[in-house]
Amino acid sequence: MSRKARVLVTRTAGTNCNVETTFAFEQCGALVDEVHLERLFSGKVKLSDYHILALPGGFSYGDDIASGRIFANELRLKLGEDIAKFIKDGKLMIGICNGFQILVKAGILPGPFVASKTLQQTATLFHNDSGKFEDRWTHLKSLGKCVWTKGMKDVVYFPVAHGEGKFIPATPSVLKDLQNKGQVVFRYCRADGVKSEYPGNPNGSTDEIAGITDTTGRILGLMPHPERHFLKIQHPFWTRLPKKGKLGDGAQVFQNGVDYVKKNLL
Amino acid sequence: MIWRVEIQEKSGIFDPLGEGVMHDIGDLGISSVKHVRVINVFVIEGEIMKADVDTICSELLVDQVAQTYTFSDHPVKDPYKNKKGFNVVEVAYNIGVMDPVEASTLKGIRDLGISRVTSVRTAKRFIIEGKLSDKELEVIKEKALMNKLIQHAVSDEAAVFRHVSLDRELRGKTEVAIVKLLGLSDKGLIELSRKGQLYLNLNEMRTIQKHFAAQKREPTDVELETIAQTWSEHCNHKTFRGNIRYTVKENGKTKTEEIKNLLKSTIVKATYTLDKPWCVSVFHDNAGVISFDDKYNVCFKVETHNHPSALEPFGGANTGVGGVIRDTLGTGLGAKPICNTDVFCFAQPEYPFEKLPAGTLHPKRVMKGVVSGVRDYGNKMGIPTVNGAICFHEHYVGNPLVFCGNVGLIPKGMEKKAACKGDLVVVIGGKTGRDGIHGATFSSGELTHESEVVSSGAVQIGNPIEEKKVSDVLLQARDEGLFSAVTDCGAGGLSSAVGEMGSQLGVRVDLDAVPLKYQGLNYTEIWISESQERMVLSVPPEKIERFKEIFEGENNEVAVLGTYTGTGRLELFYHGVKVCDLDMNFLHEGTPKITKEALWATPKHKEPNFACPDGLGDKLKEVLSDYNVCSKEAVVRRYDHEVQGGSIVKPFVGPACDGPSDASVLCPRLGKKKGIAISNGINPRFGLIDPYWMAASAIDEAVRQIISVGGDLSKIAILDNFCWGNPDKPDRLGGLVRAAKGCHDLAVAYGTPFISGKDSFYNEYTDKGKSIAIPGTILISAIGIVEDVSKCVTMDLKKPGNSVYIVGKTYDELGGSVYLSTYGLIGKDVPVVRSKEAMKNFMAMQKAIGCGLVASSHDCSEGGIGVALAEMAFAGDLGVTLILKSVPYEGKRYRDDGIMFSESNSRFLVEVAPEDQKAFERIMGDVSYAIIGKVLEDKNVYYYGLKENLCLKANIHELKETWKKPLQF
Repeated sequence: MSRKARVLVTRTAGTNCNVETTFAFEQCGALVDEVHLERLFSGKVKLSDYHILALPGGFSYGDDIASGRIFANELRLKLGEDIAKFIKDGKLMIGICNGFQILVKAGILPGPFVASKTLQQTATLFHNDSGKFEDRWTHLKSLGKCVWTKGMKDVVYFPVAHGEGKFIPATPSVLKDLQNKGQVVFRYCRADGVKSEYPGNPNGSTDEIAGITDTTGRILGLMPHPERHFLKIQHPFWTRLPKKGKLGDGAQVFQNGVDYVKKNLL
Repeated sequence: MIWRVEIQEKSGIFDPLGEGVMHDIGDLGISSVKHVRVINVFVIEGEIMKADVDTICSELLVDQVAQTYTFSDHPVKDPYKNKKGFNVVEVAYNIGVMDPVEASTLKGIRDLGISRVTSVRTAKRFIIEGKLSDKELEVIKEKALMNKLIQHAVSDEAAVFRHVSLDRELRGKTEVAIVKLLGLSDKGLIELSRKGQLYLNLNEMRTIQKHFAAQKREPTDVELETIAQTWSEHCNHKTFRGNIRYTVKENGKTKTEEIKNLLKSTIVKATYTLDKPWCVSVFHDNAGVISFDDKYNVCFKVETHNHPSALEPFGGANTGVGGVIRDTLGTGLGAKPICNTDVFCFAQPEYPFEKLPAGTLHPKRVMKGVVSGVRDYGNKMGIPTVNGAICFHEHYVGNPLVFCGNVGLIPKGMEKKAACKGDLVVVIGGKTGRDGIHGATFSSGELTHESEVVSSGAVQIGNPIEEKKVSDVLLQARDEGLFSAVTDCGAGGLSSAVGEMGSQLGVRVDLDAVPLKYQGLNYTEIWISESQERMVLSVPPEKIERFKEIFEGENNEVAVLGTYTGTGRLELFYHGVKVCDLDMNFLHEGTPKITKEALWATPKHKEPNFACPDGLGDKLKEVLSDYNVCSKEAVVRRYDHEVQGGSIVKPFVGPACDGPSDASVLCPRLGKKKGIAISNGINPRFGLIDPYWMAASAIDEAVRQIISVGGDLSKIAILDNFCWGNPDKPDRLGGLVRAAKGCHDLAVAYGTPFISGKDSFYNEYTDKGKSIAIPGTILISAIGIVEDVSKCVTMDLKKPGNSVYIVGKTYDELGGSVYLSTYGLIGKDVPVVRSKEAMKNFMAMQKAIGCGLVASSHDCSEGGIGVALAEMAFAGDLGVTLILKSVPYEGKRYRDDGIMFSESNSRFLVEVAPEDQKAFERIMGDVSYAIIGKVLEDKNVYYYGLKENLCLKANIHELKETWKKPLQF
């Protein structure tokens, strides 16, 4: 029996996209454990036993104070060394929605991450310009250099569901770096790939940025939900589309992660 | 030490919250405000130094990229205070009101390694730029910035630097309080009920007096409270279960009927008559349970949270959602919540301020608050809100209606539960505070302008994350078999939950073992508090250790309160002193049966007589932009309707994702074929003419929506929610009886059993001696099983060249229609349901969809054919023709407007591809159907009148704009 990619899906008070994230990885042939943070902190479960760390969406700790903030601090302060080693070992991470907010607010994205007691945040995800939580489908232009989006179609269609998804880089040079180093992975756009304003860009993100990777291309963070378009039948107007194929645009993200592990880490 | 931290956005960073507040102020008719800035305030108390505060700010409280902060340990002069052209208002929570941010912040501070912080409080400071009079500022404060039931404006900023102890502020009594009951006169009994907010009537007070007289002792305060909670209309449903003398006055004749237990003789009777094998558990648990597939059942519950939402819309709706989710969590041994539904009734958003009854909030404010409350709880729990409706009528002004529903998935065999003698009484989840005292009894009385003062304790704020934590572990504990029964703590708090679970066995509880939010609650308050997010379980003693281990492993507190005794008594202790010893049988069965008078006299409405307007284009736009018809997108987008990944037919369909779907379809087990369809039927305007046909039409609407997406008529279960005025008034009760009869008859005719239901009475508002009752309102919620979700159909037109059929006959039934309401009329000919005809329509539709012959399908409801077809067109971004002359019609009036806007039941508009027409027509057989139009490439709709004249031509984008606009605020 060939060995399987092992995925750790984190869970804590308020995590709520864990089930569909697990489903997506399992469908791609991975072995997935949903692990409560307390079990990681107490050492009952070891991060080093896994190839992929997935931070699913939700409202960790109610997004009280700010989205993802408390979770990000826990990760940085209680697991900082383990995370640094995990990245150094060439392993993969993905943060979706609240998971992306956590990665950014822990300083893991845009990176490079350094385990440290003081926070170094170079970008943020802030209140949508609309001031509201919104659930809507968005077209995304796929670009950049990232393991997770390899071979992806030019434009994909994923839903967003958030109130704090406006990407803001701390300085113009942070933005320039992201652009120059191929770290911008998804941009909100129209169906034809052309730049879009609200509601196409649902939150007012700088440079329409919806997802970024670190300099290694192995850590992906994005506000839209690929796991909600894993199956074709999750498409909002599947009843209008030709009836062939079972998978949706999001499936490739998870398959890419699992394939990378098989090829490079097993 | 006490530190005050202020956080605001860096310059150049957009502040949407301030922008939102400015909007709200604009809504109040105050236009002089140029800018609003919101500053977040944290007040941190503890033995910490400046460096610690700096760390807390920069690492936890502040977004380093977007925000800046200042802090101080002494009052600092605010540069904006008393500055010309600037107004400063700071709003903080009242003492004892739940503020979820406090707990999270304390945790966040501990994570930073700072352990000496003892308390955190939060506030919001608003810097309002613009010239305002004192009166205007007062209006802004009260109507836009805060709700004084839970918040206050801070007048003295220095006050935050003084230590506040909840313990001191909220001191409670500890000695046993005996209530003098024996020997009281009738007048005394009534006075006691009123003063104690017991809401018990004289007959009930007498029964209680007799009970204690027989024992030769006075009751304790907690005994009396327990009886009041248990016997409240809210918990005991006295109206529905009691006797009713029902008189009908029709055509000069009077007929009287004695009804013993209205619920059993209508709603429940229908279910037992139908006796469906797939009904697993009906009426007796927190939610009704039906079979889903070979491994799972599904359960569904809908209830109301009207009274709390009237006073504090956010908190009321918030805890309404939280409560109904706990209902499914507490069904059987616990179900996993998989979707929410919500239906609201408000007065119109442009209701004039000067007409508002004293003490009521403006409908727009109510609506915004309710929507935010539902959004907050549903989204944070990770439960998709997939279906709903919003109705508008001016008589909801004092009593908005908020219906919250939840569906759960539960493994087969887990639907049964029973506490056993010797099991431990365990409470998990939130701590108990003073919130929600008297919620159950308060909702069993009418609201008045004093309600906001008297009943402020009944208002609660939820903490969804607490409930999420509970639900995560509860299901693990269920699967390990660690408890024998579970129920939620809802109205009546522990009193109801423990009382109910122990009603057969008897129970002993130590009230001092209940975890408290703050000290100082007395034992009665602990017992009846309706603090949120709590569940009560019975745990066999040998399993308590493992039970604690897994709950505490995910930071859930477990408290063992006592045992189920087997003595048949309710015994409460407080620090070892017995404070209550009641006979369970008296408590649950001792309510005196009452007989209420009900009267139904047919209202004298007239069918209006006006000429049919020439072109109907303007009328169509008027109907499309009616609040009852227009798009609810601005609301629905704020709910996560896709979390958990299972939504297959979403609330919005079509290429632009904005067409209004009929029922929603959900696939609870990802990757499997089987699904559920969820819908609702509600139309209060019909009830103004005849509640019987309102109920029948609501059932028809809910059922036809499920059929329209591809549901199976033989597997649809329904739920009733009655919201009525004061049932002690015979005319109100007469309407209720008629509606209940309509429910029975249609449920039996359609083969759709009721599996659960709820009622809410006293939805009346008294102002200046005048009582405004809501229109008696019934909501029917339906759940249907869908064999194969990949065969589902949506309502957006698909392809030019396809034919549009109508299935079902149209009658002269404009009574209660939106069309007549645009003339300010109600009419007389309310849509009836012809169940035999309807069943044929449904079955033919089901077959046609199952055979894959239907490209799109939409049910006709508010606005009739005219609206339904326009919606299909703009949802599909395609044009369409309509030939009114071809519509199967029976009636005398024969007018363009009548056929276009009649709201006759049981009809569908169906799109069929040319190659499928033959097969489709074969299936339709002798059903009333006809081709009435064609799908066009062109972006216009063309409606041809009875004289084959073009009575309406309109661009679909214009129609869509008209339909989308009204509620976008």
